[in-house]
Amino acid sequence: MIVNEQVAIDHGLKKDEYAKICELLKRTPNITELGIFSAMWNEHCSYKSSRLHLKKLPTKGKQVIQGPGENAGVVDIGDNDAIVFKIESHNHPSFIEPYQGAATGVGGIMRDVFTMGARPIANLNSIHFGSPQHKKTKNLLRGVVHGIGGYGNCMGVPTIAGQTSFDSSYNGNILVNAMTLGLVKKDKIFYSKAAGLGKPVIYVGSKTGRDGIHGASMASASFDEKIEEKKPTVQVGDPFTEKLLLEACLELMAGDSIIAIQDMGAAGLTSSSIEMASKGNLGIEINLNKVPCREAKMTPYEIMLSESQERMLIVLENGKEDQAKKIFDKWNLDFAVIGKTTKSKKIELFFDNEQVADIPVNTLVENSPMYDRKWKKAKLPKKNKIKKEDLKNLKIIDVLKKVLSNPNVCSKEWIWQQYDHTVMGDTIQKPGGDSGVVRVHGTDKAIAASVDSSAVYCWAHPLTGGKQVVCESFRNLISVGAKPIAITNCLNFGSPENEENMGEFVECVQGIGEAAEYLKFPVVSGNVSFYNQTKEEGIKPTPSIGGVGLIKDYNKMITMDFKEVDNIVLVIGKTEGHIDQSLFARNILDEKNGPPPEINLFNEKNNGETLLKLIDADHIKSAHDVSIGGIITAVAKMCIKGNKGINLKKPKYLINEIEYFFAEDQGRYVIEVNKDSLKKVTDILNKNAVHYDELGTINKNQMFINEKTKVTIDELRTSNTKWLTSYMSK
Amino acid sequence: MKSSVITFPGSNCDRDMDVALKKFGFKNKMVWHDDVELPKSDLVVLPGGFSYGDYLRCGSMASKSKIMKSVINFANSGGMVMGICNGFQILVETGLVPGVLLRNKYLEFICKNIFVKINDKKNTYFKNIDSEILEFHIAHNEGNYFCTNDQLKEIEDNEQVAINYCDKEGKTEEKFNPNGSIKNIAGIFNKEKNVLGMMPHPERMIDPSLSGEDGSLFFNNLINNLK
Repeated sequence: MIVNEQVAIDHGLKKDEYAKICELLKRTPNITELGIFSAMWNEHCSYKSSRLHLKKLPTKGKQVIQGPGENAGVVDIGDNDAIVFKIESHNHPSFIEPYQGAATGVGGIMRDVFTMGARPIANLNSIHFGSPQHKKTKNLLRGVVHGIGGYGNCMGVPTIAGQTSFDSSYNGNILVNAMTLGLVKKDKIFYSKAAGLGKPVIYVGSKTGRDGIHGASMASASFDEKIEEKKPTVQVGDPFTEKLLLEACLELMAGDSIIAIQDMGAAGLTSSSIEMASKGNLGIEINLNKVPCREAKMTPYEIMLSESQERMLIVLENGKEDQAKKIFDKWNLDFAVIGKTTKSKKIELFFDNEQVADIPVNTLVENSPMYDRKWKKAKLPKKNKIKKEDLKNLKIIDVLKKVLSNPNVCSKEWIWQQYDHTVMGDTIQKPGGDSGVVRVHGTDKAIAASVDSSAVYCWAHPLTGGKQVVCESFRNLISVGAKPIAITNCLNFGSPENEENMGEFVECVQGIGEAAEYLKFPVVSGNVSFYNQTKEEGIKPTPSIGGVGLIKDYNKMITMDFKEVDNIVLVIGKTEGHIDQSLFARNILDEKNGPPPEINLFNEKNNGETLLKLIDADHIKSAHDVSIGGIITAVAKMCIKGNKGINLKKPKYLINEIEYFFAEDQGRYVIEVNKDSLKKVTDILNKNAVHYDELGTINKNQMFINEKTKVTIDELRTSNTKWLTSYMSK
Repeated sequence: MKSSVITFPGSNCDRDMDVALKKFGFKNKMVWHDDVELPKSDLVVLPGGFSYGDYLRCGSMASKSKIMKSVINFANSGGMVMGICNGFQILVETGLVPGVLLRNKYLEFICKNIFVKINDKKNTYFKNIDSEILEFHIAHNEGNYFCTNDQLKEIEDNEQVAINYCDKEGKTEEKFNPNGSIKNIAGIFNKEKNVLGMMPHPERMIDPSLSGEDGSLFFNNLINNLK
């Protein structure tokens, strides 16, 4: 095939990008080379629109062993143990083919983690669908959940937490973000930096097929009417092979034969070989005839761009080939020496004794385009004045029931019951709480993880929204008694070529950065997913934050279920009555404008750290952060989980109960304390200048708002659990 | 007491079982599916997971593994063999226990705590156990036990039903059946009751921090019965 500008454009490259390629090579690329450039220079692999802004994120910290730039981030949890973790999007494939798209998303992120030598110990996910009324939503939800379960369950890695939301902005572009945590010994972490000349380059895992060719390019484009035609670009997962690959890799890693290892994810053999060469500042030569292929007559172009799953590339020490091969034979996996490292600093590919590509590595990586895209700053919307008469006719219990059964608040048990969340025998907090918690096997330590996003807040004001998501992650970890360590982010946005979407990205990232910096909660890994839009309409900006924290003694873990009748319930943090952008405003008052709740980072940190002190001193019986739906929603959930009721007091200020109970002010937690320790708790709160209100006392099984207004917990539970199950069974 | 846990390609509860057996005093060995000989064992366990990816049919390929010849011989000579979840699926494929395991009735993977009623205590697995009802944990996609009417009659006549799904009071009604199993069957024995296949995972219930502790009851009782 003759390469020209039109062919380059068909590959998703821009005219000037093609001109730059010709200039860098000092000639016209052949078709294989063009394919390689298009794969490396697309948004998904090159981060060309985001790099400039991502640089501003805080990525360092006392516990950070590895920040962004590797397969995943790594943090120190003491005793030579480290946690490897990352979140990644698989949005476009999941919309086209929900089962395989979601499954391979989970497979891909697990590979990123075990590539670094870590055994995956927990999976999480953040999934976002269109309006429940939209004709595609139900099937997409079912397919995605089956896909996530199908892959994770087979791998034997528990899925311990997640988030599901519905919003019409995802009607034409759902989001599937998968996160994995792995456990590794600090001195046995593997990296992707190749080193040494003449070292064998090894291909292991599944054979290469024609699936997923140009998957990364698809992920870098908007959807249009022709998406159905893109089905063949969705990869097909085989979790069984990945399980074998995991065990074989960990077995090989127990020895000392690996110099570098990199999984073949987006852009397959292309990006894995180039990344290893680039990091090691050397060249790699590959004989493509040696690559194990599933289909006959695959061309160099297809072999290089295939995104077949469950494959790894390894640079091995000389002379260790036989020993390594034995391990892969035992696990019935392909093993082939396909090339070697060279001093050329070029990617040189051979096929049928002919050179089919000859590209300097730096042209693909350092010289890849970087854009300072135009972006628009968002204005802080004006506050709405809520008319008191709008509130007068509302009955608090009816509103509460509506909120509890709202698709974005209701119980997601239908989903997480389909995920094996108990395999590996260390899950001590199941999905449905603030964070999932797994023990560090054989120790007293436990790791808490949660994944959060607040698209509505980010849409209303990206800077505030960006901060808020990080704070929410921080709170979710603290609510279970974990000290927050670090985060991974998955940044899902519309087109970077649209100034407003780009502005949302820039300001959300700024918000994330500010909060992460202040809370000492650095970003150690992540991924950017742009072009989440159909035709011209972009999704609400949806950064997903995956937070990881440490519980030093797992016996001190906190859950959110109310524990004991007569215990006192407090809310930490001040309630100002912020209603704009709350679930209450949007769904009950049908008011979609106004600013999101403000973030006060000082209070956020102070409230959280003080609560950790209280937990450490064994004063806290249960805790739950206050998020969408406000105080009363948080309390109701604690009642439902603990099968207890509560006598709520009349709020002392904010005369209107509705505002007090449904406001979404930030930095708040509901906590349960024993009467005997109440004085000690309030002393500590006062000493640390943490605002608190006493909410009420736990009773057997009813929620009393006042003497006349009451509801049984069973009724609230029905409101909370019914919606999703009945929606899915219709 | 010596135990062996067989690891097939795709097994993923093998480690959990190893941890559980050791916790309750077994000297456990992990045995690779491709081995021919079984170490000297008082108990052999086929663990949960997705052996061979559950391709073809759950448990079908694993039932033809090299080690399975020895396991079958061991069982036929009266050795204690227990299959959990995928292990149960493997056992039905070998024919060591009757019946088949179909896809769950609602076509979805189910991971949750359930209750089972012990149907028979005249066997080494449940003899002397200090409870009629156990809270166990299931995690499977194909646990819907099925057999022919003739088989069912034979199983019941021989008292081969080990445990049935029930509620916490022990009522074995259809509504407490998580997967559509015939007669709420959660586990069955072979005729001689030295082979037990069951869907629930007792190894996930061995610690108050986990889903519960009735697994501890089960393993403690089992090792005492074997002594």
